[in-house]
Amino acid sequence: MIDGILSGLSTVMMPLNLLLVFIGCFAGTFIGMLPGLGPISAIALMIPITYGFDPSSGLILMAGVYYGAIFGGSTSSILINAPGVAGTVATAFDGYPLAKKGFPGKALAMAAYCSFSGGTIAAIFLLVAAPALATVSLSFQSSDYFALMVLGLTAVSAFAGRGGFLKAILMTLFGLMLATIGTDRSAGIQRFTFGRMDLVDGISFLLLAMATFALSEALMSVLKKDEIPDELKKATAKKIGSLKVSKAEIKEVAPTVARSSVLGFFVGVLPGAGATLASFLAYGMERNLANDKRKKEFGKGSLRGLAAPETANNAACTGSFVPLLTLGIPGSGTTAVMLGALISYGIQPGPRLFIDRPEVFWSVIISMYVGNIILLILNLPLIPYIARLLAVPKQFLVPIVLFFSLIGVYLVSFNTFDIQMMVFMAAIALLLRLLDFPMAPMLLGFILGGMMEDNLRRALAISDGSISFLWERPITLIILIITVLTLLSPLRSFFSKTRPSK
Amino acid sequence: MKNSIPKLLLSLMITCSLFVVALSHPAFAVIKLDKIHFIIPGGAGGGWDGTARGTGEALTKSGLLKKASYENLSGGGGGKAIGHLIETAERQQHTLMVNSTPIVVRSLTKVFPFSFRDLTPIASIISDYGALVVAKDSKFKNWNQVVKAFLENPKKVKVAGGSVRGDMDHLVAAMAFKAAGGNPRAVRYIPYEAGGKAMAGLLSGETQILSTGFGEALALARAGEVRIIAVTSEKRLPEAPDVPSLKELGYNVTFANWRGFFAPPGISAKKALNYARLLKAMYSTPEWEAVRKRQGWSNLYQPGVLFYEFLEEQEKVVGSLMRELGFLK
Repeated sequence: MIDGILSGLSTVMMPLNLLLVFIGCFAGTFIGMLPGLGPISAIALMIPITYGFDPSSGLILMAGVYYGAIFGGSTSSILINAPGVAGTVATAFDGYPLAKKGFPGKALAMAAYCSFSGGTIAAIFLLVAAPALATVSLSFQSSDYFALMVLGLTAVSAFAGRGGFLKAILMTLFGLMLATIGTDRSAGIQRFTFGRMDLVDGISFLLLAMATFALSEALMSVLKKDEIPDELKKATAKKIGSLKVSKAEIKEVAPTVARSSVLGFFVGVLPGAGATLASFLAYGMERNLANDKRKKEFGKGSLRGLAAPETANNAACTGSFVPLLTLGIPGSGTTAVMLGALISYGIQPGPRLFIDRPEVFWSVIISMYVGNIILLILNLPLIPYIARLLAVPKQFLVPIVLFFSLIGVYLVSFNTFDIQMMVFMAAIALLLRLLDFPMAPMLLGFILGGMMEDNLRRALAISDGSISFLWERPITLIILIITVLTLLSPLRSFFSKTRPSK
Repeated sequence: MKNSIPKLLLSLMITCSLFVVALSHPAFAVIKLDKIHFIIPGGAGGGWDGTARGTGEALTKSGLLKKASYENLSGGGGGKAIGHLIETAERQQHTLMVNSTPIVVRSLTKVFPFSFRDLTPIASIISDYGALVVAKDSKFKNWNQVVKAFLENPKKVKVAGGSVRGDMDHLVAAMAFKAAGGNPRAVRYIPYEAGGKAMAGLLSGETQILSTGFGEALALARAGEVRIIAVTSEKRLPEAPDVPSLKELGYNVTFANWRGFFAPPGISAKKALNYARLLKAMYSTPEWEAVRKRQGWSNLYQPGVLFYEFLEEQEKVVGSLMRELGFLK
């Protein structure tokens, strides 16, 4: 194993390969910043470029692009509330408020540190436990995934404070309803498409996220007067790019990062779960673990609320390589593209990869890791400049955000209907926002709703219509019990009030 | 300094977006006949995308085509692109659209109001056969055992697939069981979002059989966790010489998920012929062979009228099966 690691390391350390990681991270960051172009498209764009390379160089470039694109996605979530990929939605929950408060540099730096730590801790897990975990990943069935999605939905409670619990629940339901539009996978019939061809594939996540987050936010800032007076803004403009994270803050988020890495990695290992669910679960977990005072900060720029999903997201991305490399199963869109790339190099992931071609196995893992490090080195100096985007006067910033969110959605489908739909959704979102309805629960319901329904109906079909799987499958039962406990957690905090705080 | 940074950022973003625009949307104006603009009805990275780009790559690299450009136009299960091609047919004199079996299935189910008849079929170029797969430690060693179990109790044979109910993976499984004398409506089909996830479902033990495309199945089987027990081609496939075809086992059923190209309606017969000839010439180039091998495709060249007849036949077979399954009235 040590030999493998060393040979992988020496391949990656070749000047050409280091250069490729650099180029990959750089290109990936910028591609990822554009809403609509996430890691999947970034890697897909790179595949034709890498055909001429030898496999390890190609993989190294792709690992760089991969991590770059993930980080780029977080950047647009934090700065302009435009989560381009589902995995960074939870990052926007607290990252954007934090940036709006005048700390974009800190938020970005925190995101970079957390991504790095999440990736690192997960890579260590990958090194020691990949083959053993492969079997674990296969023990999850549809009913277990269903239970996981239900658990993920409890993250909604994080938004209960802002607009009232009822409003959060209503918005979740709205999101769940939106998720039912399109072809019903389990029956093969169309639902709520109103006979329109454009709705056959359902509403795309990107469209909804851009409409309800970025577009409506930008429009909202036009409607509402600036909360921060101009002089204050000028004063903060100086420290806007500041990356400083205090020792106390590091101390505060360290346990969060540790917990979220572990959670993220394990959720990532499951082929049916992925980074998005991991980020929601981590966000919900952190909020539930926080004490009352900290809990109120969630959704308003909490550092822990930013750290948890960012860490879990990256840890899950690394985790998703476990089923890919050890079993040849792509659990996510990104790993499916990666599988295609690996095969095109003549590398067959699977249990034998580790034995037949250890040098490839290790160079994939090491290059992923090096991509992580280079990304940190590359991005920290860039953050002050990227962060200044928020210092751009509103009359310029708003059109930029409008332009990028509209273009981002259009470039994915080249369908003008999507633009109309997006503006329509943004108008609804604007109205709901003015009535103080939170948007995040809707997106949460939308993202998890589809997966939840699919898994439930699969589970029902597999058990021939009986719901006995709810108590007969131990994993399902355990997750559901955790869900119930989470829902009852307000009681716990009620009790903890009577105890001295730690 | 204060001003220059937003400017720098802005210019960076614009360059960046131009870069993206250039990558995905080049060359509207096609002047010479030696340019082809490929319309891909789905997103980047999918099967249609791979076919169009792979063909374009082989054609340009081998010098048969000077310039290939690509346009991803997704929506409506591919219907958006077909509608667009028909609407703008006059402007699309140098355009080919890639498509595959779903154009037949989805015109039957009225996902979109068009069919292959509204376009000019040029040629099918490759096919991906259906494959039936079991986990490596499955109690089923061959297809005959599966059939026996199915005839005894269809509920005991759950079939996983990577497509929506009523789409290809489901149809292949229904066809296979029907040919064995079973009731296709009794097939318990469990749909997953993608082939990879369907395979995870198979390995988790919640389903017993996986129905998927041969190309994908081969990649999964090479990883060693699953075995392919039958394919829907006429004869055994060279990539998997140990796997019998259903026909060889005595079940009279074949199914090819073809991929091919269509030109807009109303292009001249000469032009259509030229496209078909160009694609034919491509087969003998080493560049195509490299692409084909890399992707694990099987060649299936059926130009013009042959292609049209093949599509009509497939429409008939798929249509009657779908009626039987209750998807069509």
